[in-house]
Formats: sequence, structure tokens, C-alpha cells
Amino acid sequence: MTALLEVRGLSKSFRGLRAVSQVSFDVPQGEIVALIGPNGAGKTTCFNMIAGAFPPSDGTVRLGGRDITGLRADQICRAGIGRTFQIVKPFAGLTVHENVTVGALNAFADLADARAKAAEVLQLLGLWAKRDQPASSLTLPDRKRLEVARALGTGPQLLLLDEVMAGLRPTETDQMVAVFRQLNEKTGLTILLIEHVMRAVMALARRIVVLHHGETIAMGDPETVVRDPAVLDVYLGAEAL
Amino acid sequence: MSRMLRRLGEGVSNRALVALGLVFAALLLAPLVSNGYVLSVLIIALYYAYAGQAWNVMMGFCGQLSLGHSLYVGVAAYAAAIFFVKWNVPPVIGMFAAIAVAMAFGAVIGFLAFRFSVSGVYFALLTIAFAEFTRIGFDHFTWAGGSGGFFLKVEDRAADLITLRGPPIMFYYVMLALTALAFLFCRMLTQSRVGYYWFAIREDQEAAQALGINVFRYKMLAVIVSSGMTSLAGVFFAFYYNNLFPEQIFSMARSIELILGPIIGGLGTLFGPILGAFVLTVLADLVTEVLVFTGYDIPGVKQVFYGLCLAVVVIWLPLGIWPPLKRRLGLEGRS
Repeated sequence: MTALLEVRGLSKSFRGLRAVSQVSFDVPQGEIVALIGPNGAGKTTCFNMIAGAFPPSDGTVRLGGRDITGLRADQICRAGIGRTFQIVKPFAGLTVHENVTVGALNAFADLADARAKAAEVLQLLGLWAKRDQPASSLTLPDRKRLEVARALGTGPQLLLLDEVMAGLRPTETDQMVAVFRQLNEKTGLTILLIEHVMRAVMALARRIVVLHHGETIAMGDPETVVRDPAVLDVYLGAEAL
Repeated sequence: MSRMLRRLGEGVSNRALVALGLVFAALLLAPLVSNGYVLSVLIIALYYAYAGQAWNVMMGFCGQLSLGHSLYVGVAAYAAAIFFVKWNVPPVIGMFAAIAVAMAFGAVIGFLAFRFSVSGVYFALLTIAFAEFTRIGFDHFTWAGGSGGFFLKVEDRAADLITLRGPPIMFYYVMLALTALAFLFCRMLTQSRVGYYWFAIREDQEAAQALGINVFRYKMLAVIVSSGMTSLAGVFFAFYYNNLFPEQIFSMARSIELILGPIIGGLGTLFGPILGAFVLTVLADLVTEVLVFTGYDIPGVKQVFYGLCLAVVVIWLPLGIWPPLKRRLGLEGRS
């Protein structure tokens, strides 16, 4: 299986603080990979470098074989990576439908087509009934869904999800998991997610990468990783077994 | 083309279209029932409606606060006037030079600000700075009259649209046409990719960029479109008033007056700038007239009135007059 996303030796220092150090992993085409680890492990920093929010200090990122290291966020989106923000960033003054249409305009030149695509995504994520509300009126779980909807609207090959399950009730988490499964199975969408909700991670991920203090401490299939002594020690705790 | 026309009316209720038609008809017929004084007030109201609409593109749509729009009015006014007086080029051609000059200034300011991530208050300060040093530049630009002013010959002749020489009623219709076209143009923008991208940038720049929007390019476009539109207000200014003084035309007070309409009417809305300009101009004149009539001729009463309007709107109607009024009148769009 070929890797859609190849991360090699990715590192980031903020004024001498090494936030991410020599992280390497692959996200194979059509798979769902989870990036987990304790707070401050460097997960979001990794995401931000992949998505172009800031350039890495060192290392490379390739998408489908193309070097996208250090490109701007908009260029990376156009290259085929859609992302969500951990701290949601809705376009508060726009309606839900308009929010997603902005994303869909990345994939469709014509506004009518973009609006149709946005409608499709909104239905998928259960936001269609709220399409005409301003995004500012949404509850946090709905804002999380809106983040996902907007990123999906851009028509990505790879979707980066930064803690989209946080704050969701278990039933809502299961719904969201079902949506990603469906997308992954039907459209072959590749997903890389940061997640603390292990229920979602175990239900979705075929591979897990564990970060701690900016370094990769474990990598592999979920069953192996959650039994890894190092992972239990720094993150999951022995009771997770 | 027909698709574009259809899109212009998309989501607008029939009631709103009728209301818009009535307003336009009223403005078309207004000069028939106006005396010279009322007409002059309406001309100024239209001038602010148009210029406010132009400024709104940058701030209301794209979220970039310019407090130096008098710069574009000024350079365009000078450009068109110089072409006409010095080289006998009528404004119908000279306006293209005016547009180009204003856009060039807009592009320089935009490039400096957006390339070096100057935003928010600092961006606003940069726009003021440009307007100010351009004013100083024109003060010393003796070839164009310097601080002593630059004048167009006042001629009493029939309306001539080519040279923009004629009676006030001609200027009224010129300004009305510009305001109507700007309104349609802005409607078109908001119904396009550009409009959606501007709104996204206004709301959250980082999120906008993550959705594939080249933020720098679209902010540049907003400044250039806005300055280009504003330039026509400058051309009008030159030929309507026939005199240009750097300290007046480039003054910050002019920039502020220009932005009060859209703020009071409703930032980012299409009808807000028009409504705001009329409310301010007409009411301010009414207040002045009433005071004069009752024997109180207080200098600066207009500015006090502007200030009061602004305070009322900021405190009680933060979205401006138009959004709540639109709801009250039942003119909200269908989806």
C-alpha cells in the first residue's frame, strides 16, 4: 500500500523549546490513522506543520509523493489536505450553509455547485436543519461538526481532524465515528486524527502513532499500541488494559 | 450574463424588490419636487452613499479598516482635474487615470500592510499615514496649485456629461447612477466567490486560509476594488465643487464622514451605506435648518449630530439601522 502522507524527521523549535522532534510516520492511502499522546506532546504542532500553519524547523512532508513542506496553509488545502481546528474557528457572522460553501468553493468554481456540495456535506453531518442559522448560534458540538463539514467541503484527499470528538456525548461520538467510517469506506477518504477520546480512536484507527514530549514513542496497530508499556506509562495508564 | 442577473435577485423576496424599486423611483423623481437647496442636500447624500458603499467593500466585506479613504477621493479628484485643466482631457476619459491612480495607491498600501502582516489598528494607522503624507505632498505640489488650491473654471452651460459641466441636476443624476451601479456591483460581488472569500477573511483569517483562500490576494483585491470605486467619488467631487484644497480633501475628517454612513446604516450590508448616508446628511441638515429657523446658528452642530447618531447606533443598534429595519419591514430574504 502506498503512503498518501509521508512525514519524515519533522521537528519544530519555538525559541529553543523543542516542541516536536524527529517525528516520522506514514498515512497510507484510504486508511485512518490516529495521533495520540498526553497534553503538550506536540500533536497539534505536528498538525500545524502538516497543514502549513507554520513551517517546520526541520523535516519533510509529502502528499502523494509531492513535497509540500513549508507551503502556505491555502496551498496545502488546494493540494488536498483539509483540516479542522482544535479551538473551533467558525465564521460566526455567516450562516452554517455559507460557512461550508466557503470551503466547497475550493473544489468547485461555480457558486451554485459549491452550495450544492455544501448542502450534501451538511446533510451528512446532521447540520442541514440549521443551515440558515448564523454559526454564532451553534452549540459547541455543532461547531465541531461545522469544522468537519467545512473541511470536508474543500474536497480533501486527506482530512486532518484535531480533537473533533472533545465535548461530545458518547452517542454523539458514535454518530461522528459512523460518519467518518462511512466516508472512509464509501469515498476512500484518508483520515489523520488527533484524539483523546479512546472510544473513537479504537473504533476508527487502523494505525496509531503515539507522541510524548515531541517524540514518537510507539507506532502500530491499535491492539499492540494500547498494550505497549511505554504508552501505558505516559498516557493511557495501566487501568486502560 | 443571464445567470449573473438571476443570481443578483436570488434569495431576495419580492417584497424587497418592490421596496427597492420604489426607493429608486422616488430618487429618480425627487429633483422634480426639490428646490435648489434640497437638491444640493440630496446630491451630498448620494455622494456619501456611493463613497460609503465603496469603503464598505473593504471594511464591511473584507474586514480591513481604512481610516484614510479621503486619500483615494483626493488623488482621483486631482488626477481628473489636472487632466481636464492642464491637458483638456475630459473627465469621461480622465476618470480612467483617476481610477488607476487611486488603485495604485490602494495597491501600495495593501501590499505594504498585507505583505508585512500589518493588521487591525496598525493597518488603520497606516491608511491615515498615507492620506496625511499625500496631503502634505500636495501642499507642496505647486504645479497643481499647492496649498493654495487647484481650480476648475466655473461655467454656466447646459449639461455636458463628457466634460461634467452643467447644472446641479446633472450631478444629481450622475451620482444617482453611480450609487445604483455600485449597489448592483456590490450585490454581484456578495453573490460570488470573491464575496464569500472576503466574508470568510473578515470573520476568521486563519480559518479562511485553511480552506484554501489566498488571503493576501483577496485582501489586495478588496483594497484595489474599494479604492477604484472610491476614485469616482473623487472625480465627482472635483467637477462638482470646482475647487480642490489638499488640507480639505485629504483631511481625516473627510475620511471619517465617509465611513459614518455605512457604520450607522449597517456594516457589510448593501443597503446600509445608502440608508446611513441619507439619514445622516438629511437629518443633519434638517437639524441645522431647524436651529437656524429658531434663531440658534451654532457652528459645528452637524458634527455634534453625527457624533450623537454614532453613539446611539453603537450603543443600541450595533449592527446598524438597516438590519433591524429590514426585519421590521419584513424584507428578509427567502432561502
